[in-house]
Amino acid sequence: MSVPAELHYTPEHEWVSLDGATASIGITEYAAQQLGDVVYVSLPAVGSAVTAGEPCGEVESVKSVSDLYSPVDGEVTEVNAELEDDPSLVNADPYTGGWMFRVRVPQDGDGQPALPADMLSAAEYEELTKSAG
Amino acid sequence: MTTPRQTPLHEVHERLGATMTSFAGWQMPLRYASETSEHLAVRRAAGLFDLSHMGEISVAGPGAGAVLDYALVGNLSALRPGRARYTMICAEDGGVLDDLVVYRLDADEFLVIANAANTDVVYEALADRARGHDARVTDATGDYALVAVQGPAAAGILAPLAGGLDLDGMKYYAGESGSVAGRRAWVARTGYTGEDGFEVFCRPEDAVPVWEALAAAGGPAGLVPAGLAARDTLRLEAGMPLYGNELGPDVTPFEAGLGRVVKFDKPGEFVGREALAARAASGPVRRLAGLTIGSRRIARHGYPVLADGSPCGTVTSGAPSPTLGVPIAMAFLDSADSEDRVLTVGIRGEAVPAQLTDLPFYRRRQ
Repeated sequence: MSVPAELHYTPEHEWVSLDGATASIGITEYAAQQLGDVVYVSLPAVGSAVTAGEPCGEVESVKSVSDLYSPVDGEVTEVNAELEDDPSLVNADPYTGGWMFRVRVPQDGDGQPALPADMLSAAEYEELTKSAG
Repeated sequence: MTTPRQTPLHEVHERLGATMTSFAGWQMPLRYASETSEHLAVRRAAGLFDLSHMGEISVAGPGAGAVLDYALVGNLSALRPGRARYTMICAEDGGVLDDLVVYRLDADEFLVIANAANTDVVYEALADRARGHDARVTDATGDYALVAVQGPAAAGILAPLAGGLDLDGMKYYAGESGSVAGRRAWVARTGYTGEDGFEVFCRPEDAVPVWEALAAAGGPAGLVPAGLAARDTLRLEAGMPLYGNELGPDVTPFEAGLGRVVKFDKPGEFVGREALAARAASGPVRRLAGLTIGSRRIARHGYPVLADGSPCGTVTSGAPSPTLGVPIAMAFLDSADSEDRVLTVGIRGEAVPAQLTDLPFYRRRQ
């Protein structure tokens, strides 16, 4: 199971990649495996505001429908339109081609992008998936 | 809640990295990798399934045929040894307690295959309905493992491993006792995928060698292990009902479009006859229909079906169809005149167009 070290994670199995003030967001390989083949992804609208911990879309697989939670606060700047035609990218390539949406995150007092304090490191996330069996 | 039972193949599934799921009191493989790939492998080559959770109930003795004629809706005493029949067990009110495959192993013994979730109900009903007959009803689920090899390549994969079995001459819905990979087995040409294929009933201690031999022999032909997720989409494409979805205690065989399994012309009384005869005469108040869905979203069990915007039924099963490339569903529709109206399915608040289509969605080339 791949858990790239440079990403940030949530207990809801999203990953966040930061590039300046832009956070790219997707779901982890563990989540994709648990869901099975993804057949439909519903994403937030570009320009909409998302709130950390709140549902902002849905991931539908052969066997289930799951809410997609935003891991961060901010404004949606871009969504992965390729998932509309090929949602299986989420299974095949969860950390790159299977990214879902991008959010411009607010800055903290030091001019750094503000991520929620309870985000997990790769090591912490890996521990979480192991204890989940 | 008791701990789910493990099949004799549990360690094999773990070694293969299967995603396991709790199903009807058993820990079963849901998928090994991609359920879509497993589905397509069964359509194009073959899939290997562990179905050891299914219930096996033995009905044996001189009165076994008479017990089944009384207990089930089919005419089982007319079944010849070595043949199988798809049938149902109903309650007095005509509601379906389970759908079954019954094998006549020999003149005096039948093996009744029940859905895992219903094994206890079926066993108790059969034991109750056997009273006063010269027959013994035994829950033999623990005596059998069940491995299925399904798909167009199944016969070619099984043949070199089969001893004392005439696979070429074996008709669909027939079975013989013989051996597979040197292990004693009852082998039947039956399945739940819409493909040609075989079900191998063996002793639990023989399940691993039987599985391993089939996996090794089938690998070059494209056989892959397949889980319950693929089994569900395969049976849905083939228009086969699933108990709990299309069948249940509030459904009669007629509403499910399976009235042909009820044999009113068989001799003697049977449980449910009166209610079923009334239902056959009045016609079903709802019917099972096939739908294709005009979106990538899946119309799932319990979602409402609307005709010209008014409720007209409920989805019983829905899934993407890997063969057709669109989502498909089965649904109970209230009336027969939905053909002329615009159908939609309410998928989490969105009205998604749906098209009536004949069942099954998929029929294999003969």
